[in-house]
Amino acid sequence: MWRDIYLSLARAEPAMQVGVLFVTLFGLLAVATVATLRVGLRDDLSPLGRAQLAQWRRDLSAAWLGAVVFWVAWISRPWGATLLFAVISFLALREFITLTPTRRSDHRTLALAFFVVLPAQYLLAAGQWFDLFSVFVPVYVFAALPIVSVLAGDAQQFLARNARIQWGIMVCVFGLSHASALLILDLPGFGGRGAFLVFFLVATTLAGHVGYVVVSQRPQRRPRGEGPPARGIDKRFSYTALGLGTALAALVGVLLGWITPFGWLQAALMAALAGASGIVGALIMQALKIEAGVRVWGNQPALTGAVGLLDRIAPLAFSAPLFFHTAYGYFRPAG
Amino acid sequence: MTRAQLMGRLITLAARLVTGAQGHWEGAPPEALQRIYFANHQSHLDWILIWASLPEALRAQTRPIAAKDYWQSSRLKHWLTREVFNAIYVERDGAAAGGDALAPLVAALAAGDSLVIFPEGTRSLTGEVQRFRSGLFRLAQQFPQVQLIPAWIANVQRVMPKGEVLPVPVLCTVTYGAPLALREGEDKDAFAARARDAVLALRPAGA
Repeated sequence: MWRDIYLSLARAEPAMQVGVLFVTLFGLLAVATVATLRVGLRDDLSPLGRAQLAQWRRDLSAAWLGAVVFWVAWISRPWGATLLFAVISFLALREFITLTPTRRSDHRTLALAFFVVLPAQYLLAAGQWFDLFSVFVPVYVFAALPIVSVLAGDAQQFLARNARIQWGIMVCVFGLSHASALLILDLPGFGGRGAFLVFFLVATTLAGHVGYVVVSQRPQRRPRGEGPPARGIDKRFSYTALGLGTALAALVGVLLGWITPFGWLQAALMAALAGASGIVGALIMQALKIEAGVRVWGNQPALTGAVGLLDRIAPLAFSAPLFFHTAYGYFRPAG
Repeated sequence: MTRAQLMGRLITLAARLVTGAQGHWEGAPPEALQRIYFANHQSHLDWILIWASLPEALRAQTRPIAAKDYWQSSRLKHWLTREVFNAIYVERDGAAAGGDALAPLVAALAAGDSLVIFPEGTRSLTGEVQRFRSGLFRLAQQFPQVQLIPAWIANVQRVMPKGEVLPVPVLCTVTYGAPLALREGEDKDAFAARARDAVLALRPAGA
């Protein structure tokens, strides 16, 4: 019976297949929510269990929000999807800049980043001008920012200030815009199914992240010596956790390979790439947070009131461009 | 919805989009009590931030102070301050005009409204909080039942530095502290210093 369902789905129209994808996604979330509610009704929970449950509830509602965003983006693509991702980019960049020291003379550079670079990058994505889309930030913006900055005439910490702003744009705008580009990318023979690529990317990035967290948080024997240097960033870091997280991502990739245009080996490699870059991306954000002196992006009662959006999207912001360019380079439409 | 209410909504929405305009009520919950909020002053946007961070129900009764010569100089400015913000107009140089500069504030408090004042008098361009003027002390003397709430507005100077016209999105917060009361026999300098300290105490680390 499963084989019949699979075969009829494989022959179905793309719209039908995507519909099944979303019904499955929301169905799984509904099951998880009901299960969480049932656990919450038990009165024999320890305080630690309660705290973990509260954290899980927050993660689950973030997953709901993410799924709804994903669905709304899909049905409104390309323009609605682009607008939606552009707004998320805007909020993420706002959070990034808030926690980054800037000077008064950076004002015009920042205005350029928010009001010119961000819309332009998403317009290029929506119009599917993927060649210019790929080089706009690394080439043109890279040149434009220091020009605007040098015209402001402030040489204090010039390199550091420009590097920070360029970096923020790379992560929050360039990185994230690739998730929206993936949604509307039509690979040859795979037209109208961009949602599967985004779903594959998110699922494998998430699998890598979850695998890493689970492995790194299990009780460890006291490591001999100092452990890997990255312990200074995340004191639970280990190469085993990074490796197993990546392996879990690859496994999920193989299991989900049938929803993509990839063969199983390609799916495993793409998933490993997404998983590993997501794990390392979160680690990089962690290093940035330590430098900025905060524990969680946003939601910092002292300074900002945001929802810690950067924390949620950091793995994706790193894995999306790698994933996109690998897929696009490999399956580049002929001509 | 009237045109003024619509304008108010639009201004709040824009403030939220650009700055987040988050209010952190650390010392007292946002309640419909008669209050004087007093805060540090670094930017023209300070009032907008306080207003946008207040719950909507409190906005109509919470009034800013506007310099009469400037804010009544064009129809738009006058409409904005009168209809949208329900501002209290004062003469910029009350003593020279021969009247009591605080009289319009006293009238508003007597009518039961809440006020937002910036006791430094002018914007601080360095980020340092200047000496507080005595107006707050005199209002506290006359209206002992009105709560005095200190507030710190963080980050707003990064949104729109002096001389720029385009605001840049940076998250800003307004931290509200615990009510301050005039002590028995406290003179105006001691009270001004204590009020200034209460505002400074709300300054987040690193801001």
